[in-house]
Amino acid sequence: MRARLAALMVALPLAALAVEPGEELKDPVLEARARILSRDIRCLVCQNQSIDDSNAPLARDLRLIVRERLVAGDTDDGIIQYLVARYGDFVRLQPPMKPATYALWFGPAAILAIGVAGILIFFARRRRRIEVPAPLSAEERGRLDRILADQAGEERR
Amino acid sequence: MIAELGHFALALALALALAQGTLPLIGAQRGDGVWIALAKPLAQAQFLCIALAFAALTHAYVTSDFSLANVARNSHSAKPLIYKISGVWGNHEGSMLLWVLILALFGFLVAIAGRNLPPALGARVLAIQGLIGAGFLAFILFTSNPFERVFPVPVDGNGLNPILQDPGLAIHPPFLYLGYVGFSIAFAFAVAALIEGRVDPAWARWVRPWTLGAWCALTIGIALGSYWAYYELGWGGWWFWDPVENASFMPWLAGTALLHSAAVVEKREALKSWTILLAIIAFSLSLIGTFLVRSGVLTSVHAFATDPARGLFILMLLVAAIGGSLTLYAVRAPQLKLGGLFHPISREGGMVLNNLLLSTALATVFLGTLYPLFLDAVGGGKVSVGAPYFNATFVPIMVPLVAAMAVGPLLAWKRGDLAGALGRLKFAFAAAVAVTLTVFALTWGGPVLAPLAMGLAAWLFVATLADYAERIQLFRAPLGESLRRARNLPRASYGMTVAHAGMAVAIAGMVGASAWRVEVVQAARPGDVVEAAGFALRFDGVHQSKGPNYTLESGGFTVTRQGRFITRLEAERRFFTDPPQVTTEAAIRTTALGDLYVAIGEDTADQPGARTVRVWYNPLVVWIWVGCLIMAAGGLLSLTDRRLRVGAPSRRRAKLPAAGAGVRA
Repeated sequence: MRARLAALMVALPLAALAVEPGEELKDPVLEARARILSRDIRCLVCQNQSIDDSNAPLARDLRLIVRERLVAGDTDDGIIQYLVARYGDFVRLQPPMKPATYALWFGPAAILAIGVAGILIFFARRRRRIEVPAPLSAEERGRLDRILADQAGEERR
Repeated sequence: MIAELGHFALALALALALAQGTLPLIGAQRGDGVWIALAKPLAQAQFLCIALAFAALTHAYVTSDFSLANVARNSHSAKPLIYKISGVWGNHEGSMLLWVLILALFGFLVAIAGRNLPPALGARVLAIQGLIGAGFLAFILFTSNPFERVFPVPVDGNGLNPILQDPGLAIHPPFLYLGYVGFSIAFAFAVAALIEGRVDPAWARWVRPWTLGAWCALTIGIALGSYWAYYELGWGGWWFWDPVENASFMPWLAGTALLHSAAVVEKREALKSWTILLAIIAFSLSLIGTFLVRSGVLTSVHAFATDPARGLFILMLLVAAIGGSLTLYAVRAPQLKLGGLFHPISREGGMVLNNLLLSTALATVFLGTLYPLFLDAVGGGKVSVGAPYFNATFVPIMVPLVAAMAVGPLLAWKRGDLAGALGRLKFAFAAAVAVTLTVFALTWGGPVLAPLAMGLAAWLFVATLADYAERIQLFRAPLGESLRRARNLPRASYGMTVAHAGMAVAIAGMVGASAWRVEVVQAARPGDVVEAAGFALRFDGVHQSKGPNYTLESGGFTVTRQGRFITRLEAERRFFTDPPQVTTEAAIRTTALGDLYVAIGEDTADQPGARTVRVWYNPLVVWIWVGCLIMAAGGLLSLTDRRLRVGAPSRRRAKLPAAGAGVRA
């Protein structure tokens, strides 16, 4: 395999765009599966590019491997497992679900839940605070009426 | 000599920033008017010094002074003038200098515009600005000096990365930095308010124009970056959830939330403590974003190790700014007085939902961007977090946000009538259903969720217009009355309508370009025809020519549809020598319905004489950037609201007692 990689590097001078015409499979169903799979596989030597986007020789090599396995009748999961076994989880752009990534996958939902809880507490505390003011006593009401009457008198003047 | 002057001006700016960061703060604490009054002249002088330093560096770039190590590393004498100038900020040292220049510019503007700010508050705001500036100036002077000389002087420079030699990318960083750094004002106001222990509607009214301005610049900056990636990288994509993109997107999300919650503080005096926190978060994310991009920690986890001095300085600055402000917040926020009461179903309630969902979206992007670093640091192995993760987590948060965005503006302050609001949106609901069904019929056999997403965009768009019609009582009152109302509606209200409509346009574009994109890759010889999305592109062959500092080959295509001539397209490949690199310049025919996008590759390996031709049809893609521009236009419109013009309505009142005082003296 390393020999083939080296051969590919020699065969591909300078930059070429991703997915070359010669790579595409004859069977459109298999080719469509290959394209969808490629979008989730990282080009390991690039900066955040899938092998579908990348023009690096390694990406081309991985694209050919994906297509080889598809033609050989492998399932989508089987191909991903094949690549993960060789390159580790780093090769998947969609990180796997496992204990180390629980925080990543469940984080957004947890944050949303915390936010909702915070808002509920906010409103609950508010409601308690609204109930605090006791109704005015008779004496207070009298004073209020006098103040209001005074003000109304001033405005009229 | 000029470079040394620039270096000296930068050192002087550091001294001034240190003075600006301490003396007015002490003065405000003691109530010493003289020390308080120092803030403004210091801020102005600091800006002038940094402007001088920036001019000196620009002079070195324009005159190709390769005795400066920075110029020799990043410029070349054969570059066109515009890229010599944009090259100033196309590298680490220069871009940090642009950063402090814009920071000081904002300080300068606060100093000259904030005439009716209470002197103590103004002094504290400028002092915080000065402290941030001092941190960054020290960072530049001690670890990233752009004025370092090199000996022997090289004959010519290494040149600027050719993919950065593009007009779009020349103005992208300044806009992005205007946005990033603009949030420093909101941050400074937040910290100053925490020190004073007082937040009121006047405070929100001072903060909002700066936040709005920063938000507009950031919106334009992100849109420019996305458009640049679209036409320059040659993959036909417009957003890649790249960490560098995320770094600019996170402050935008926080800033958007801040704009909305600041409106609540201004109108209803509620959500004060939360708004302060958001202001701190927005700028903290700008800091984190700047450093993630600038330190190279994202490109390679080992970038910190290659230059430990820079990495350590960065961490210290982050800890001081973010940790310090959050500590102050934790101590002071509980003392803030509680604001106005409101029912969950109300305009305020809508803003709370907006803030909840935007914050969750923000946290999701933060998690996805930094998790790989975190996991690797704790020895949990290497994982990649790419577009599939963000699509699976971010989009579901956006759907309720957009759905609620249509309803929120129709709710009254304090206590709203949800059933009534929904009732007034019958027309928008009908439009959404009609669009969904039409799109579903038109794209039969395509993605199933996409028509629903288009319906959601239609829902937001029509509801936004319905809300506007409601505000001016269109068709309910006589036309003259509606026109009078339309004239009297505040500009901020127009800004909201325009920005929300722009969001709907952008969403339609994002859905269209993601769901119904057509891609054809083919090896073509001259004379061959490539068919894509109903277009026939005849490949006319390749010819060579010369650009200003590169040679190019361009592949011509004659485009027809059903035999009718549509256009001619020229897709280029440019070959640069300094540094040696090939760039792809796609040929794009943009229409409102969709872009026809063509890129050519080199000779195919297995078929001699044939070129790899890639053709995309990206439906509605231009709506994304048009939508972003509409959003920014909405922000600018809101910025012209006379209530926000600093002190416009209150100046007349403020003058009277001052004039009286003058007479007495």
